Amino acid sequence: MKRKIVVAVTGLNNTDNPGPGIPVIRGIRDSQLFDVRIIGLAYENLEPGIYMHDHVDKTYQVPYPSTGSDALIKRLEYINSIENIDVLIPNFDAELYTFMKSSKKLLQMGIHTFLPTLEQFEERHKANLVEFGQKYEIDVPFSTSIFSEADIYSLPNSFSYPVMVKGKFYDAYIAYNAEQVKMHFNKISSKWGVPIIIQEFIKGTEVNVVALGDGTGQTIGAVPMRKQYITDKGKAWGGITLDDAKMLELTRKTIKATKWRGGMELELIKTNENRYYLLEINPRIPAWVYLAVGAGQNHPEALVRLALGEKVEPYSDYEVGKMFVRYSYDLICNIGEFEKLSTTGEL
Amino acid sequence: MQIKKNIAVSDSGFVFDPTSGESYTLNTVGVEIINLLKAGLHEDEIKHKILEEYEVSASAYDKSFIDFVAMLKNYELVEYAD
Repeated sequence: MKRKIVVAVTGLNNTDNPGPGIPVIRGIRDSQLFDVRIIGLAYENLEPGIYMHDHVDKTYQVPYPSTGSDALIKRLEYINSIENIDVLIPNFDAELYTFMKSSKKLLQMGIHTFLPTLEQFEERHKANLVEFGQKYEIDVPFSTSIFSEADIYSLPNSFSYPVMVKGKFYDAYIAYNAEQVKMHFNKISSKWGVPIIIQEFIKGTEVNVVALGDGTGQTIGAVPMRKQYITDKGKAWGGITLDDAKMLELTRKTIKATKWRGGMELELIKTNENRYYLLEINPRIPAWVYLAVGAGQNHPEALVRLALGEKVEPYSDYEVGKMFVRYSYDLICNIGEFEKLSTTGEL
Repeated sequence: MQIKKNIAVSDSGFVFDPTSGESYTLNTVGVEIINLLKAGLHEDEIKHKILEEYEVSASAYDKSFIDFVAMLKNYELVEYAD
């Protein structure tokens, strides 16, 4: 018999640049172990997941992370008093810090999370990637952080164009000269603040791994993927699972060395010489996680079990050549739903 | 020269490289040559079989075969025994 649990999930922005919320929910709903009630936590009242009632049982608006953890905790206390949440899965980079800081308070409320430690979260930051690569002997592109336009003109001579210009949380653009760096600097910093990371451009094929660490150094699951179709925002619109021992080895090495706790996505570049460079570690489950579920590794289910303190056996296999193709779909909603969410903060 | 062991080739001519995730399509003769390579036949044996089966001159075959093998190498679908 399936066990009844309540799981709260953020990242319901299932747009053309989707958050991982809906794929995470699909994974948990596929579970043969859990009979789950899904509580959506939304920041914006037009996040599509709010209106996807087959996936989300009830949604509550929550305050933006920038308002601080006190406001968030207060809101979660209210939600929890109604819903009795067992597990909470945050899915946005920008909110993770707040949830990690609040994890003890959440646990006191009976809400389990399974997140990286603050140290793990900080050391894999894009701005710290060079030190991360040196510490764990992993190839990474050379990069440096800049804080003002003036810094652009004093970039180290070791940089040659093109370079990648990246925001601390999101956005990455290629720049072929200093003027383009300046343009991207202004665009990204106005949205996400500083620092802006200037990274060596590595030519090759972008490949990714979705993985889950149990916090002791063990890899619970890992599935490598190549994006087959990329949107203008660099997001995968189609992808295929790979049989790539080197990518899996690199993932296990990273998880073992860092004792990674929680979901993660490794963004890698495979060069023509078959060398792998680590571009980023995203400290959460990626939006394409349902491909892993389809290939035989249900990472969202495993994460819920880990959060509940259960022992989870590592996945040993997955189906190679499994593909995903994203699609867009117009949900028809009544104004009454929008009104209810806008006025009461609940739907 | 041999086709890498993990390369999947279907009868329809669809080739899938599970390491890179790339896929390719072959015509009938391409499928036949790949399958002969997979079966371990030497290049001379393959040439003999194709020339027997199709109306093609040895020089035209050689040119096409060299192009085909160059493509297989470029896409990293073949490997060489030590």
